[in-house]
Amino acid sequence: MQRTRELESDYFHKVVDCQWACPAHTPVPEYIRLIAEGRYSEAYMINWKSNVFPGILGRTCDRPCEPACRRGRVEDEPVAICRLKRVAADNKSDVTGLMPPPAAAPNGKRIALVGCGPASLTVARDLAPLGYQLTIFDGEARSAGMIRSQIPRFRLPEEVIDEEVGYVQALGGVEMRFGQRIDSLKALLEEGYDAVFVGSGAPRGRDLDLPGRQEAAANIHIGIDWLSSVSFGHIERIGRRVIVLGGGNTAMDCCRTSRRLGGEDVKVIVRSGFEEMKASPWEKEDAMHEDIPILNYRVPKAFTHDGGRLTGVLFEVVKAEFDDRGRRRLVPSGEPDEHYECDDVLVAVGQENAFPWIETDIGLQFDEWHMPQVDPASFQSTLPNVFFGGDAAFGPKNIIWAVAQGHEAAVSIHKFSCGEDVSVRPPPGVTLVSQKMGIHEWSYDNDVSNDHRYRVPLLDKKEALTNVRLEVELGFDRELGLKEAQRCLNCDVQTVFADKLCIECDACVDICPMDCITFTEDGEEADLRGRLKAAATNLTQDLYVSGKLATGRVMAKDEDVCLHCGLCAERCPTGAWDMQKFYLEMTHAGPQCLSQ
Amino acid sequence: MTYILKPQLHHPSLPTNSLGYTRRDYEGSVSTLCAGCGHDSISSAIIQACFELELPPHRVAKLSGIGCSSKTPDYFLGASHGFNTVHGRMPSVLTGANLANRELIYLGVSGDGDSASIGLGQFAHAIRRGVNMLYIVENNGVYGLTKGQFSATSDKGSKSKRGVVNHDAGIDMVSLALQMGATFVGRSFSGDKAQLVPLIKAGLAHKGAAFIDCISPCVQFNNHPGSTKSFDYVREHNEVVNRLDVITPRDPIHVDYKPGETVRVQQHDGSVLSLHKLNELYNPNSRAQALGYLQARQARGQIVTGLLFVDPEAGDLHDAVGTVDTPLNQLSEAELVPGQAALDRINASLR
Repeated sequence: MQRTRELESDYFHKVVDCQWACPAHTPVPEYIRLIAEGRYSEAYMINWKSNVFPGILGRTCDRPCEPACRRGRVEDEPVAICRLKRVAADNKSDVTGLMPPPAAAPNGKRIALVGCGPASLTVARDLAPLGYQLTIFDGEARSAGMIRSQIPRFRLPEEVIDEEVGYVQALGGVEMRFGQRIDSLKALLEEGYDAVFVGSGAPRGRDLDLPGRQEAAANIHIGIDWLSSVSFGHIERIGRRVIVLGGGNTAMDCCRTSRRLGGEDVKVIVRSGFEEMKASPWEKEDAMHEDIPILNYRVPKAFTHDGGRLTGVLFEVVKAEFDDRGRRRLVPSGEPDEHYECDDVLVAVGQENAFPWIETDIGLQFDEWHMPQVDPASFQSTLPNVFFGGDAAFGPKNIIWAVAQGHEAAVSIHKFSCGEDVSVRPPPGVTLVSQKMGIHEWSYDNDVSNDHRYRVPLLDKKEALTNVRLEVELGFDRELGLKEAQRCLNCDVQTVFADKLCIECDACVDICPMDCITFTEDGEEADLRGRLKAAATNLTQDLYVSGKLATGRVMAKDEDVCLHCGLCAERCPTGAWDMQKFYLEMTHAGPQCLSQ
Repeated sequence: MTYILKPQLHHPSLPTNSLGYTRRDYEGSVSTLCAGCGHDSISSAIIQACFELELPPHRVAKLSGIGCSSKTPDYFLGASHGFNTVHGRMPSVLTGANLANRELIYLGVSGDGDSASIGLGQFAHAIRRGVNMLYIVENNGVYGLTKGQFSATSDKGSKSKRGVVNHDAGIDMVSLALQMGATFVGRSFSGDKAQLVPLIKAGLAHKGAAFIDCISPCVQFNNHPGSTKSFDYVREHNEVVNRLDVITPRDPIHVDYKPGETVRVQQHDGSVLSLHKLNELYNPNSRAQALGYLQARQARGQIVTGLLFVDPEAGDLHDAVGTVDTPLNQLSEAELVPGQAALDRINASLR
């Protein structure tokens, strides 16, 4: 194999599984260490820089980092990264002094942002300190888009939203125009903005066009619209028996909200199998904890009604069949149809983008799925001064994706405004620093905790279900937060190997608790993977391979389950192994993102 | 010296043996030796060998004297019996323990100071009595614990870290063991576990006095140019005469080598030593030839490693003195104190 060129590639970034998996590439282990040290404000600011909404995301993120977490491959469960983020947000002191100061003077550029959700707010956050004049338009009366309208208050209190939107507003140069829905891009462009950012989300909930839909319309609601009405206080009650159709996170929010608005017999009924549901496993768990059964393999056929009054939903019972290529098909099971009685139905079967306000004759190209053609790296549309981000760009995803795309779009807008090529993307900022303090002393806590994942304490269920605005998760307190933080393996503290110093004494091989290190004859990767002390079967994890050593062999380390305990470096007599902290920060809009 | 404990977590695919133990269960406490010490590699090889032999840890007794090497039994087989004796006196204590309880597996661990200087007489006599044990000398050719003086196994003409040339002749522990009648003699190198682990397994399975001289570079005081026990020197001058596979009665027998190149030796416990010859002239069944070969190669500056001699028909001290089959601690008081009549009979037989 070729010697690993760890510095010329994403090699070390990929070792930090959580950061690599995070769309915004948040330096997770760094902020977890700060939490363990009780430096909550600094931990918050690392998050704020990367993902703009630590308090919001610490409660609601889809956490792509957690399935990626190395701890989950070493023992049962990953580190509770998401809820640790909340620990930083909950325990920080006043951070206003740590925020970037408003620009000394406007730079004379005006940017319009459509929609006041996470994507637009991220763009505004990145561009405001540079002196841009930003105008955010939103049809709703309040800020934050889907964060406020679709996420129920029992998961995310209003104060948290107001606080974090407030930090963006405080940067200066941001004007928010609420109640002003943009109904013509052409007209907006004619107002002479230097660039337009479209962060209008995916605001249209899919409907189910089944028999009875029109007749029983009074008690059939589109999930995201209904959630929004609850959030804004327009709806306060629902029937005693509720059926939620759909298996995504919106369905989970719908059923749990129903339980708090008078729904006593609430069921989720889903077409697919339980395992394939789109909802995150923990959201399903939370719903079931609130006594909400989830029935799977049932396809809705009709809404039944009695003269226009909804009486229930009729389902066909299906089963999954897999073809030769492993694709799943739902086929009738042959069992009789099932009827479930209910007073209200919530339809949460997906959502779509809608751009009726973008004219077809202004040069903005749409693809075959009626989505705007957007460059996946620069987020520029075919109109050079119009950029997209968040759900508006590539369909419904999560807040953290909107944030990541907002950062990229902001870089593009800044480059575009400075007359630079938006296709040239700035590399991330990277540092690699030895953590050696003494002979066997490291500047990070290398002792590995044996604790299992801690559960986040919840409000008593009886009390939680009485009020839709009562936050159900209490969050980790400082003590639990510290214990959970100690479970982090510090994957950003890299094992760095210097071929020339190695005397092949085997000390690292002998001490490694995970059998990660092997000295062996070189070979092709597939062959080498099978010959290691413990076979490297996880192909998503790289091998770290040295050049030829004195005996003609190579050192090959499987990164898969390395604990980053540093024992290889402690037992190395020559310092051939060293523990070095790899810190990667994405380059956001600013002087560093420009080529000139 | 390492301050943290070795994490309990282990590789998800770590295998277990028939006793349900993983290799990690044969470990001891974390080593306090210098980073990179060859002794730690030997500890690791002992751990691997005991795991592969599926030894119940409580059936093993590990004994040692004084020195860096004699500290190592703390770092392996944490669940076994241990005895850290007076300097150089491990062979006597081991002999006594073996006579008292013949059912345990005895592992003596010593160094070149403990066995070739202060304990040379003890070493020689335990070997010649044929005590059933595996005696490993972790040989680094230097007094590391007292900061780098030449030891009795330092080769004549080799240089210390400070450049002093050794004028005394070195003791060759392998030749000594052969002359004293050891029935299993091997030499290996801490930097070659592929060779060392099977040797340890075979030595543990051997009935009689088994001896392994394991060259173990001292990274702190004897791993420099001019040393004959450094990683580089041993790698350059190592002449491996054979490769050993140990096949326990539980293992399926499979042949990797062409017939004629492999010698099979059956041991008392049913284990088979499958010896793959790397040097056609070398015959590990002849004590005299082994001694001659070693002398000749040593004169050319080569270090001969491998299984150098084995007598599969060997007996042990118990056979020689005709001790009772039952370990003494399992005998009843009536058997141990047979009474005046029995004493009178013995006295009468001696008149």
